[in-house]
Amino acid sequence: MDTGREQAVLTVDGVDALFAALRDQGYRVVGPTLRDQAIVYDDISGAADLPRGWTDEQDGGHYRLTRRDDDALFGYVVGPHSWKQFLHPPRQRLWSARREDGGTEVTAEVTPPGRFAFIGVRACELNAIAIQDRVFLGGPFADPHYQARREDAFFVAVNCGQAGGTCFCASMKTGPKVEAGFDLALTEILDDGGSRFLVEIGSDAGRDVLVSLPKTAATEQDRSVASEIVARTTRSMGREMPDGDIRELLLANLEHSRWDDVAERCLTCGNCTMVCPTCFCTTVEDASDLAGVETSRERRWDSCFTMDFSYIHGGSVRTSARSRYRQWMTHKLATWIDQFGSSGCVGCGRCITWCPVGIDITEEVRAIRGGG
Amino acid sequence: MLQVASPDPMVPQVMRIVTRRKDAPDVFTLRLEPEGDDLPAFAPGQFNMLTAFGVGESAISVSGDPAKGDGIVHTIRTVGAVSRALAGLRKGDTLGLRGPFGVGWPMEALEGKDVVLLAGGIGLAPLRPVIYRLLAERDRFGEVAILYGTRSPGDILYLRELESWRRRLDIDLLVTVDHAADDWHGHVGVVTTLLPRVAFDPENTVALLCGPEIMMRFGVQALGNAGVPDEAIYVSMERNMKCAIGLCGHCQFSPVFICKDGPVFRYDRIRYHLALKEL
Amino acid sequence: MAVEGLERIVREHPFFAGLDESFLELVVGCARNVRFEAGKYLFREGGPADQLYLVREGRVALEIAAPGAGAITFQTVAEGDIVGVSWLFPPYRWQYDAHALERVRAIAMDATCLRNKCDADPGLGYDVMKRLVPILYQRLQATRLQVLDVYGKPAA
Repeated sequence: MDTGREQAVLTVDGVDALFAALRDQGYRVVGPTLRDQAIVYDDISGAADLPRGWTDEQDGGHYRLTRRDDDALFGYVVGPHSWKQFLHPPRQRLWSARREDGGTEVTAEVTPPGRFAFIGVRACELNAIAIQDRVFLGGPFADPHYQARREDAFFVAVNCGQAGGTCFCASMKTGPKVEAGFDLALTEILDDGGSRFLVEIGSDAGRDVLVSLPKTAATEQDRSVASEIVARTTRSMGREMPDGDIRELLLANLEHSRWDDVAERCLTCGNCTMVCPTCFCTTVEDASDLAGVETSRERRWDSCFTMDFSYIHGGSVRTSARSRYRQWMTHKLATWIDQFGSSGCVGCGRCITWCPVGIDITEEVRAIRGGG
Repeated sequence: MLQVASPDPMVPQVMRIVTRRKDAPDVFTLRLEPEGDDLPAFAPGQFNMLTAFGVGESAISVSGDPAKGDGIVHTIRTVGAVSRALAGLRKGDTLGLRGPFGVGWPMEALEGKDVVLLAGGIGLAPLRPVIYRLLAERDRFGEVAILYGTRSPGDILYLRELESWRRRLDIDLLVTVDHAADDWHGHVGVVTTLLPRVAFDPENTVALLCGPEIMMRFGVQALGNAGVPDEAIYVSMERNMKCAIGLCGHCQFSPVFICKDGPVFRYDRIRYHLALKEL
Repeated sequence: MAVEGLERIVREHPFFAGLDESFLELVVGCARNVRFEAGKYLFREGGPADQLYLVREGRVALEIAAPGAGAITFQTVAEGDIVGVSWLFPPYRWQYDAHALERVRAIAMDATCLRNKCDADPGLGYDVMKRLVPILYQRLQATRLQVLDVYGKPAA
């Protein structure tokens, strides 16, 4: 795999040393780990915390962990979590206020720098973070909390060694090869000797960390094996987003009968919005002590699938499941482009896997397009 | 690449209520002055997010005179928990304010044109800053017609101001109500029935509409029948808002965010979406 | 007033704008000038609907009396508008009060005369209907909006 970037090879111990080095530099190291029969993102202390030897089986409304017949560290795809829970957490206090002496004092909540080192970030997820960067930092008003968490984040990306049953990043052009936005990118090479990792340097910070680690030079063979791994992953995508101008397609079909069809199945539970790595909507909630002296406001994730989401005095604008599914999907795939310059979908497949009734966004697009 | 967000756009500044006036049974007007910080400047049609501490926040249009630097004026109708809490505040009390936000009325597009304002109910409040400007700089505009419809004579906002404006000889101001008792001698009927009663050249007119969405849709139709093209009509939209800065996602109206791309939109740019249900 | 003057004011009223000259001659024969001082009633609910009024000046309130609420005005009409359509169909009874809010000058068309001429000349009848129906439709549409009570307090 020749990307023009500097490369080296790490062993499993080398990866362990990488995590230790990042921790020594003051990063909070977060990566995939096993919990509640799923691969989730949490603080990890070393390579031993990774879901070594596990993989995931995914399909519409279906997620199950199974053992691999090897000891791969990154032999699975993405789970119910995404990195947004760290950069854009489910709950965020915005300010608190105190009423005294006939006046009111408002104190802004200040978020300290996150100093996250994210381990095992996939191409689709790097694209998702780039999309949320445009949402939270690209407009006239930036979100200071996202900004603080995001600013010094260190990304150890991974090129997927296999595609999941609901993956479709290849057709969204957001993977499986990581292209940008990382400090170091790993490709896990499995052979008789176990795992080793071709490391690609994506930034000065990445190079600085790598310098201190035990490593060997990357050979031509390492490069070509890594290249073949990514090519194989590309070929084995479980799903595919149809070609063509999807924005145009959906906006021209806002009254298509398929919206009624999907509304028959959709439970409007909002799971898809919670697991989506780009969904960013929030609501706010105010709290008060009994005397009304101490008050505060908290922001929390919200979902366009709730009735309250579109409430204006007197009622909700989107009362039907049809209109709420349509809002979600047309925003994700169409109007997002008007708003932020790209699709809001990165093809990670989470919304398909975690939908309790297995609604498949690629299938819905195909149905609206008609034919194939 | 990261820009500094300072001050935090989600944190309200504290304002003190200088005057409170009741306009109608469920409508009141507050004049606010900042505690400490400077008075935020605003353009007609922009809105602020007002916080009733401990209860919540609501988007409210500015209804005062932008040229008058004597505070920020909001006319509020009690329709929900936040506006009810705001209604309970008295002179001297404090509330939170973030803003001003949004794209307001196209004041520059009005110059040299006949101007028709079509206001419905509380929709007169966001248009009042426009009226102040039109009257203050009267010679920059052609004919000026202000048409205001509301529910009943008791619901008419800014009654004394309307009476003083109506005495002017250089504007047309007509008020109509949906129904009235026989002590009301003004117009009864929907606001669009007033259109034929005022002078404007449809080919050289800009119309600004603010009111319930149904009233605006029919207002646009009536203006169209009178020969005013959709490109010369502006409407002020309303949707659920939590942040007012395009980050919470609530106020999306297909491609646009009402909070930052609006609330005022040129009609031809949103007419397609206005015709769709539950968008 | 001379017939010539009456013909001019009928011709100038928006309701008959562009009316064919031969039709004009027919309808002028049914027309007369009327005047109501402020506070007077053009007609009362239940009375015989024997006139069509073409308002030339002044405002007229259309009212329905409700017990306990007095007279409720549901529409005001003014110069260029018409008052009254109940003359068109049986039982030819007014459905509401028409109350002059200020001095009102109008052309009163004798309903029996007009109906007879319309019956005798369906061309005229159709023309008159084409003038009446859009007004009825506009009023229906306006009524719909009033019934929707768009400015009313939303359910909490």
